[in-house]
Amino acid sequence: MAEQDILLKVEHLKKYFPLNSGKLINTRRDYVHAVDDVSFEILRGETLGLVGESGCGKSTTGRAILQLYKPTSGRIIFEGRDIVSLPPEEMRAMRQKMQIVFQDPYASLNPRMNVSEIIGEPLENFNVLPRNEIRERVLEILDMVGLDRSFANRYPHEFSGGQRQRIGIARALALDPSFIVCDEPISALDVSIQAQVLNLMVELKQRLNLTYLFIAHDLDMVRHVSDRIAVMYLGSVVEIGPSDELYTNPKHPYTRALLSAVPKPDPKSERKRERVILEGDVPSAIHPPSGCRFRTRCPQAMDRCAVAKPDFFNVGPDHRAACFLYK
Amino acid sequence: MSVVLDIKNLETRFSTREGYVYAVNGATLQVKRGETLGIVGESGCGKSVTMMSVLGLVPTPPGEIIGGQAFFKGNNLLKYSAADLRAIRGKEIGFIFQDPMTSFNPVLTIGRQLTEPLMEHSRCSAREAREKALEMLNLVGIPNPKVRLKEYPHQFSGGMRQRAMIAMALICDPDLLIADEPTTALDVTIQAQIVELVNRLKSSFDMSIIWITHDLGVIAGMADRVAVMYGGMVVEEALVDDLYEEPLHPYTRGLLDSLPKEGTREPLKAIKGAPIIIREKPAGCPFEHRCGSAKPVCREKVPRLTEKSGSHRVACWLYDHA
Repeated sequence: MAEQDILLKVEHLKKYFPLNSGKLINTRRDYVHAVDDVSFEILRGETLGLVGESGCGKSTTGRAILQLYKPTSGRIIFEGRDIVSLPPEEMRAMRQKMQIVFQDPYASLNPRMNVSEIIGEPLENFNVLPRNEIRERVLEILDMVGLDRSFANRYPHEFSGGQRQRIGIARALALDPSFIVCDEPISALDVSIQAQVLNLMVELKQRLNLTYLFIAHDLDMVRHVSDRIAVMYLGSVVEIGPSDELYTNPKHPYTRALLSAVPKPDPKSERKRERVILEGDVPSAIHPPSGCRFRTRCPQAMDRCAVAKPDFFNVGPDHRAACFLYK
Repeated sequence: MSVVLDIKNLETRFSTREGYVYAVNGATLQVKRGETLGIVGESGCGKSVTMMSVLGLVPTPPGEIIGGQAFFKGNNLLKYSAADLRAIRGKEIGFIFQDPMTSFNPVLTIGRQLTEPLMEHSRCSAREAREKALEMLNLVGIPNPKVRLKEYPHQFSGGMRQRAMIAMALICDPDLLIADEPTTALDVTIQAQIVELVNRLKSSFDMSIIWITHDLGVIAGMADRVAVMYGGMVVEEALVDDLYEEPLHPYTRGLLDSLPKEGTREPLKAIKGAPIIIREKPAGCPFEHRCGSAKPVCREKVPRLTEKSGSHRVACWLYDHA
């Protein structure tokens, strides 16, 4: 990977959320280890899928990258600059280039602003266009996301989930960003609408040369839209590789269990299928297991897995897994 | 093979400030003894309201059942009194809801809630009920059941709560289990555990199951027969293999076509438009405005659920002649 092709580099990112122990004088603090030493790169123009189940830290990672949460430690290098240590004014300028689409189309739009105001707000905040040109830009963006121009004066409650999500996407596009964190953008939509919105996001990415971090839990959808995929478990990335390669040759035991759990719309193959069924539940993120976080549920756990957290080992072309099975 | 539940032309509507909402518009389906019927549909299609109507769980007002019948073991539940329905719910028909956090009482222990159906429906002593509850918790794979009985719902994880809900639904050995989106709120690996559990329990409890979901993958692995609902009616119904191999209704085809296919990055084939809320009694096919094959008759007459071949039924003017 040539250095100049890397748009975003995440280095040893950690985000711990402190918990109060409930006493008046806190002598000891517990932390939720939401993101626990995560590193990866995203190339300009690619879509990196980030998958994992609830509590794995994928959403927190996405938000920490955008500095919506201040990282506990680690570096986030965007277009060559470490944005964690940027002074506020410079970070603010950076924000034009990094945007987010949220999961819940019912919670992420201000109900008291109309569509034009919602999409125009970023343009006003950053003074990128003279006032009289903002309206025209808003209408152009509405065209781009497939919404009728007449919707500009309407309010969020007048729209369906799918339309609201298009409004959220329009808002993210307003400042002409280079990078968008898509935080479960289709999970809250009906099945027949998911395909529409996903197609739109893919088309926009190609047209506008965007780079996506696509966070989701629907593995089939993520595969369809991503060039590479990173799998997270309890705050760590356990495997990363090209989408098709990861799906056809999963190496980490968790990735295998995850993929085997996904039901396929094919009754004959479902009947024959042998699944890896994991026992029990995900352990606590407050007191995660020592060493490899997955060892308590791993069908192939060894003694050494409790001693140290595994590094990444190469398991295929551009494909790495954090597992001692591959040392 | 005997039919355990036979719903005929059920119609339910709700009164709202803006007028009526027609949630169920002539739903017809049957569940046979020992089979799993999957009901597939998106939000607003009427799948949950259909089951709630049958069990007397629709608040009236604002809801109102305006037509149809629902025969359970030969008796029309829609004519039952509230007391008679209470006697059946939890005993002969078990129900699992989507969100186990909101369907358990947060201020009562799991043990208390698990034994409640037994205390209500049978002549168990408290000690016998407790023994049975322990047995059920073991059966659904919850470790340390003695400790767990004394705990509260918030102390359980999502997957465990759903297992406890299954235990509660099955404790009186019902003939029919209705599961309304039981795994939608769960992670995929936990979903796999729950599906495997229910399939295992189905044979040991010798019961019929209705499994309601929007997930075409889960249904493929669970159901013997599948009914697809849209706009408050059943638009297609078939044996599971037939539905996936030879979907007839344009909506079913649209749903299956819109799923990502392995090995291709072509744009997904989306269904145009979106589901709408039905505010007037439907005069024609509810899917007409999104259908690529719509004809004039589709707007004028409601299609009838007719048998196309064997046990494959479809409600569509492409296959029926007015």
